[in-house]
Amino acid sequence: MARLTLLTYPDPRLKQVAEPVSQFDAQLQLLVADLEETMRASPGGVGIAATQVGHLQRVVIVDVSSKPKISHHGRLILINPEILDWEGFEIGREGCMSVPDYTGNVVRATHLQLVAQDEQGKEHKYTMEGYEARAVQHELDHLDGILFIDRLVSRRRDLFQRKSYKKTNSS
Amino acid sequence: MLPWFMVTLVGQDQAGIVAQVTNLLYQNGCHLGEASMLRLGGNFTIMMMVGGMDSTEVLMQILRPIAQKLHLHLHVDKIEGQLHQHQLPDVRVTVYGADRVGIVAQVTSALAAAGLNILDLESDVGGINEAPFYVMHIEGIATQGWSALETALQTILREQPDLEVQLAPIEMVVM
Repeated sequence: MARLTLLTYPDPRLKQVAEPVSQFDAQLQLLVADLEETMRASPGGVGIAATQVGHLQRVVIVDVSSKPKISHHGRLILINPEILDWEGFEIGREGCMSVPDYTGNVVRATHLQLVAQDEQGKEHKYTMEGYEARAVQHELDHLDGILFIDRLVSRRRDLFQRKSYKKTNSS
Repeated sequence: MLPWFMVTLVGQDQAGIVAQVTNLLYQNGCHLGEASMLRLGGNFTIMMMVGGMDSTEVLMQILRPIAQKLHLHLHVDKIEGQLHQHQLPDVRVTVYGADRVGIVAQVTSALAAAGLNILDLESDVGGINEAPFYVMHIEGIATQGWSALETALQTILREQPDLEVQLAPIEMVVM
């Protein structure tokens, strides 16, 4: 296993569309292992796409289990992932290991249905929400050459409040 | 390394201010850093980091003619700041209510006492002349933790029942 070098914007490879994986072989297992090591070496990193290390294949890892009090699927290896359905939307703040020193607000679906293969090529369906759904959408975007800075929304006209503490009837 | 300057330009809004000012700076070999440019009350306001020159005087010489032509107030300060000094906000506060004096002072005083470090505040007055309303968005860092701000929020809501105040965490997803 090896920690891979992360591409950072404006590297043009981050804007390329990744190819589907067709060979579920030892080379793929190695790529997944290296990606995971690279992701876990980055503070706060909860996901990585193969595109971020210049490997243009549709391979993503997401693991948001370090975040307390949210629903999640643990360590997710998503090969050739496809979103089947989504609903709801919410603004949230995102950062990216490939876009250092910058964060921005992005609208994402709050609920997702997803199909993806694992390292062995077996297909799985997932239903997910919230933080994990956001992370997955961010990573899937990488496979299509899309960065969160392609999806920034204006904070000044932020109409989509997150869960918040509202005033109860005051007397 | 050449220093950064904070350039402030404010004046009656008109089309083309940004293009003319920045093009002039570009033609003179200046580069830009972080900037805020927005229309406030019919005025256009620019605050921007400008680099590439070695003194306030040189920058003033470059900008004075365009400021006069566009009727903009011009101010230039040499600053200590640098790029890549971003701090990440972890809390967002939204306040609105019928406009009256003291909204910003009351809300921000209570939040400051509870440890809020404001990184960004923007406010606007909407509604009609006879019944204006005030809207304010704040992003900041809860330096004394979330619960201190929650307590402050409850106090604000109790003491300023005319205001709608929301406190929400900014959850950062880093990938």
